[in-house]
Amino acid sequence: MSIELLTLIIGGLTIGAALMVVISKHPIRSVLFLIVTFFLISSLYILMNAQFLAIVNIIVYAGAIMVLFLFVLMLLNLNKESEPKTPKIVLISSVVASGILLLVLIAAFKDSIQLSHVHLPPEKNIGLVKNLGNLLFDKYIVPFEVSSILFIASMVGAILLAKREKPIID
Amino acid sequence: MDTGLLIEKLILASLLFVVSLGIAAYSTYFERKLAAWIQDRVGPDRAGPFGILQPIADGVKMFMKEDFTPTAADRWLFILGPGIAMFTALMTSAVVPWGTDISMFGRTIALQVADVNIGILFIFGIISTGVYGIMIGGWASNNKYSRFGAIRASSQMISYELAMGISAITIIMMSGSLGLNDIVKAQHGMNWNIFYQPVCFIIFFVCALAETNRAPFDLPECESELIGGYHTEYSSMKLGLFLFAEYVGMFVSSAVIAILFFGGYNFPGMDSFSGNTLAILSVVAFFSKIFILIFIFMWIRWTIPRFRFDQLMHLGWKVLIPLSIINMLVTGIVIAFNEGWIKF
Repeated sequence: MSIELLTLIIGGLTIGAALMVVISKHPIRSVLFLIVTFFLISSLYILMNAQFLAIVNIIVYAGAIMVLFLFVLMLLNLNKESEPKTPKIVLISSVVASGILLLVLIAAFKDSIQLSHVHLPPEKNIGLVKNLGNLLFDKYIVPFEVSSILFIASMVGAILLAKREKPIID
Repeated sequence: MDTGLLIEKLILASLLFVVSLGIAAYSTYFERKLAAWIQDRVGPDRAGPFGILQPIADGVKMFMKEDFTPTAADRWLFILGPGIAMFTALMTSAVVPWGTDISMFGRTIALQVADVNIGILFIFGIISTGVYGIMIGGWASNNKYSRFGAIRASSQMISYELAMGISAITIIMMSGSLGLNDIVKAQHGMNWNIFYQPVCFIIFFVCALAETNRAPFDLPECESELIGGYHTEYSSMKLGLFLFAEYVGMFVSSAVIAILFFGGYNFPGMDSFSGNTLAILSVVAFFSKIFILIFIFMWIRWTIPRFRFDQLMHLGWKVLIPLSIINMLVTGIVIAFNEGWIKF
């Protein structure tokens, strides 16, 4: 089986799983389909020989963030009664509006994206961890360090938000 | 790709599958025997000599029992839960190097299913998705005890993954590679990481206990509070898969600990052997390390009482994570000194 065919099949499955996230009625099932989507995206990375990116995608998104999503959803009491009722007119108008948006987007991007423009990176081993590390800590060291500062800022912010509820006792 | 490689990997993978399940099955037997020994009892001794056929009897019993699904349960997810638990437990062994290369039928066969250059990250990826089996199973049962067990399991696993990951980073820094085979080779000649990183080993071991839901961290299935935790509603082989997954997980995490800290398949005086003798001896050495670690896992279970949940969280977040970060920093500074990156 050629790589192209495999990519096509996995790409189709990815889109299918992503659609199921939106379509499925139950939030827990949506989250589970989102996890499936992440796994399929990771397999696309592996086809591009970017193993490190693939496994980090699984560890961070499927392994950590989605667990927290599922965790929160399990604590919420979600059932049929607590579901907000959507009027019919809103449903119909949203379908029409998003359909028109899709049409406009297709019209806008019809000429700009051609399949010949999409190609694999010239160097085949660019995604391996050694090359990635060299790039991150050499050429792109400044953006890398800046993003780490951003992470620390968000961590401090999260701790501050979680602590604010406590009364201050002196 | 040549067909020989495909067949060789296929045989190795199926062998691993059988061995993992066999060891998991006999772990249940040894666990009961060990518990009996520690509590001054006889233990299982009816099926076969010394009760050696007990795991088979247990397996048959599991299969014969009625497979019951609660009416309010989510049927598909109820089935999916134990499946994912077992799948993720078995997946990890794919990247473990079980011994040195063996030559057979004129081919050199590596005793490792996949030598990926991100081996340790692969293991962490699988471990981090392992929690889904328990979460989905516990949620789909539609039972308060099950859901409590699932929530406890997930919060416990998220908390201990962090300290585990940081202590693994320390080991990666020591060996300079993410591939498990390279980590093992870097410890050749009694240069085992345990001698250089004892603190890291303790952190990793405690986290491994928590990740496999073993006592003293078995709060997700704590009988006195939650009946059975996440598998309260399960019966028949679905329950069997959950219990089995725990033992497979114990086997695999013992293997990972042996690789990271006890030199994997290295053993003292291995340079005086070569060829297939070396390969067989290395496999034997690796498995004896694994069995000793499994024994320690069981020993801890039957001697140390269970933690309280807030104590568990306190230990995870306020003790192990800071300790592992300090350990990583110190290791980094020492490595920088040794390599001559910092000079005074």
